[in-house]
Amino acid sequence: MASVAERLENIWGERPGLITWLETVDHKKLGFKYLYTGMVFFVFGGIESLIIRAQLAEANLELIDPETYNQMFSMHGTTMMFLFIVPVLSGFGNYFVPLMIGARDMAFPRLNAFGYWVFLGAGIFMHSSFLIGKAPNNGWFNYVPLANSEFTPGVNIDFYVLGLIFLGFSTTAGAINFIVTILKLRAPGMSINRMPIFVWGELALGLAIVFAQPPLTAALVMLELDRKLGFHFFDSTQGGDAVLWQHLFWIFGHPWVYILVLPAFGLVSMMIPAFTRRPMIGYIYIVVAEMAVALIGFGVWVHHMFAVGIPQIALSFTSLSSFMVTIPSAIQVFAWLATLVAGKPILKTPMLFVLGFVFTFVLGGLSGVMFAAIPFDLQTTDSYFVVAHIHYVIIGGSVFPIFGGLYYWLPKMTGRMLDERLGKLSFWLMFAGFNLAFFPMHISGLLGQPRRTYTYQENLGWDIWNLLSTIGAFVLALGILITFINWYKSMQSGEPAGADPWEAETLEWSTTSPPPEYNFESIPAVRSLHPMWEQPELRRGPQRPEDGAYLLASGHETLSTSMLDATPQAVVEMPHESPWPVTLTVAMMIMFYGVLFDSGLLAATGVLASAASVAGWFWPTGETQET
Amino acid sequence: MVMLIVTESMLFGSLIASYFFLRFKSAPVWPPDGIPTPSLKLPLIMSVILWTSSWPVHMADRAARNGNQRALRLWLGAGFLLGAVFLGLQLAVEYPEKLAEFTPTTNAYGSLFYTITGFHGGHVLIGLLISLWAQVQAWRGAFNKDRHVTVQNFTMYWHFVDIVWVLVLATIYLSPSL
Repeated sequence: MASVAERLENIWGERPGLITWLETVDHKKLGFKYLYTGMVFFVFGGIESLIIRAQLAEANLELIDPETYNQMFSMHGTTMMFLFIVPVLSGFGNYFVPLMIGARDMAFPRLNAFGYWVFLGAGIFMHSSFLIGKAPNNGWFNYVPLANSEFTPGVNIDFYVLGLIFLGFSTTAGAINFIVTILKLRAPGMSINRMPIFVWGELALGLAIVFAQPPLTAALVMLELDRKLGFHFFDSTQGGDAVLWQHLFWIFGHPWVYILVLPAFGLVSMMIPAFTRRPMIGYIYIVVAEMAVALIGFGVWVHHMFAVGIPQIALSFTSLSSFMVTIPSAIQVFAWLATLVAGKPILKTPMLFVLGFVFTFVLGGLSGVMFAAIPFDLQTTDSYFVVAHIHYVIIGGSVFPIFGGLYYWLPKMTGRMLDERLGKLSFWLMFAGFNLAFFPMHISGLLGQPRRTYTYQENLGWDIWNLLSTIGAFVLALGILITFINWYKSMQSGEPAGADPWEAETLEWSTTSPPPEYNFESIPAVRSLHPMWEQPELRRGPQRPEDGAYLLASGHETLSTSMLDATPQAVVEMPHESPWPVTLTVAMMIMFYGVLFDSGLLAATGVLASAASVAGWFWPTGETQET
Repeated sequence: MVMLIVTESMLFGSLIASYFFLRFKSAPVWPPDGIPTPSLKLPLIMSVILWTSSWPVHMADRAARNGNQRALRLWLGAGFLLGAVFLGLQLAVEYPEKLAEFTPTTNAYGSLFYTITGFHGGHVLIGLLISLWAQVQAWRGAFNKDRHVTVQNFTMYWHFVDIVWVLVLATIYLSPSL
């Protein structure tokens, strides 16, 4: 078999060096890039939040001026929402979806590279606003009329608007890539009812993005036309309407929240079986529930707007669907709990994060149900109660699973284990710090503290809760820092992980850690929902053709299969490294800076360069083209 | 490509939904501020031209499938021509007339009118560029029976742009007369 490995190495190997670093289309390298870049933005967003908490530690502090404060909370929200969670989950998805479904790469490798570079470009674009001291300053959902040029004349908001339009290309490209990869490149035999739940989560993410992103893009384009060219979409004196922004934003915004948690749920459903040593209970219910959440998520957006003055019937409908969405969420929670009870949980670090996730997310869900009741919502709108809720849901629902995922999957990605002692320390600090930071916000919110307030008077009964929140935030940050140290140390001197350190059930554990550039020596035939548990030949090395494997060792190829049953259909030739994704990104960035600074010349240069890059991208090379 | 079309449909959907949202929020008279109801003559002529263009594009797709080079080049050219006439009419005849009546900055109606029609026009333009690209490749003989994804994708995209025009026509030009 050694000769097969060598042949594949020759075909799939990318030459090391800076050029390849820019041109790579390998889903594993791109997955790493997503992960690292997302974590850098996470650190930025985290530092911003610590500055906010420091400012609020005591009454009447003036550590930073109000304008800087506005920029801090705006960029904190924007960064965490758009530049951290989805990119990191996409990073995991990029790395592991092909490995879990037995493919050699994503369906559109160059599009994948493009998605990454645009994400990086948009992140740099938005953060470059700090260089001229004009970061977005109107909160992460950027309501008009405050965001109109009349009330916020500087380029702050333009950085936000153009940056997010730019980023939209990345999310859309990534989403389409996930959908097609998952539907078309699964290993033979991995019918749709044998798909790992994480893969379902990424599929739900892809579908939700494809439907949810456009309303945001439309709203952003309209706002920029208003701001730059004097259109009147959101100007109520000229027939426009500010509420239109809220509708469009939340039609996008609420599905987006589910986009943040669905793949994380999937991740949890991967870790629980691995550490309870038994299959998930209720696979089919979990899958249906994930899809139901993605769907119902499109019917609840008005619940962000209960206090706006919307017709009663629309309110009732949204209230209903907001209550409804708790049902599939609860189904998943009960499936996790049942599996935990029925199995024999082993409390390794990933499992601790899973338990922390369940606890926190249920609490966040409970305060969420409270908002679905309109009278309660009217009382707490725009108070710290909302801040508490969103952090319970997002940190509980996404960040804990992501950190669990790091401990679970980094050994596969780097080939080295993380330290358990540091891991547990990190978890407990994060868990304690998190609850200390955010639980008091429920109380200060009920006591009337409005969100986004720059400072407050003493003796309103808020002082102690704010101080506790601040201390908690720093403890949380310390816990996170320890994981980063752990990560770094493991890469230097961690114990070798071996192919399957957790004896888990899915295909990614059948190849070496880290996997070779071609992922699998042979594309395995799958006959079970738990291939690694029920197909013993997979544990003995690459599956052989007599067991149903496809070798595909003669070209840069992977196998395409049918959508439902995964019966083999065609051998697809995959594209090699390409300079065009990164070139196109730079060209688009020039265009966006041109629009930002009203420079027609710069914008035109960007447009022409983009067109040239697209032409280069699609110039026939004799390879099969991407569709 | 199918997914791109889905997401693009949502984009048009959002714009059209915004149109109706603002329309029903505003005064009973629509279009507002004395802007006349759009006349139907020119838009209907343009519609016929655009929808007709789907025919040669469909034939080009068929020619590509059969590997018929001459027919492919011919039909692609014909489709391009019709699309270009549509865009020409929009830019050279319709817009100057309209701009005399109102501009995008007159009021929200103007913003909606030019954004939605302009957005569609932009899609026609991109379609024309893709067609041009496909034609260059077709003349180079880059397509054969088994290798014609570009033509296939172009066909799908072009039909999509034509179908969206049904909605644009109904929204912008027909609905104010109801």
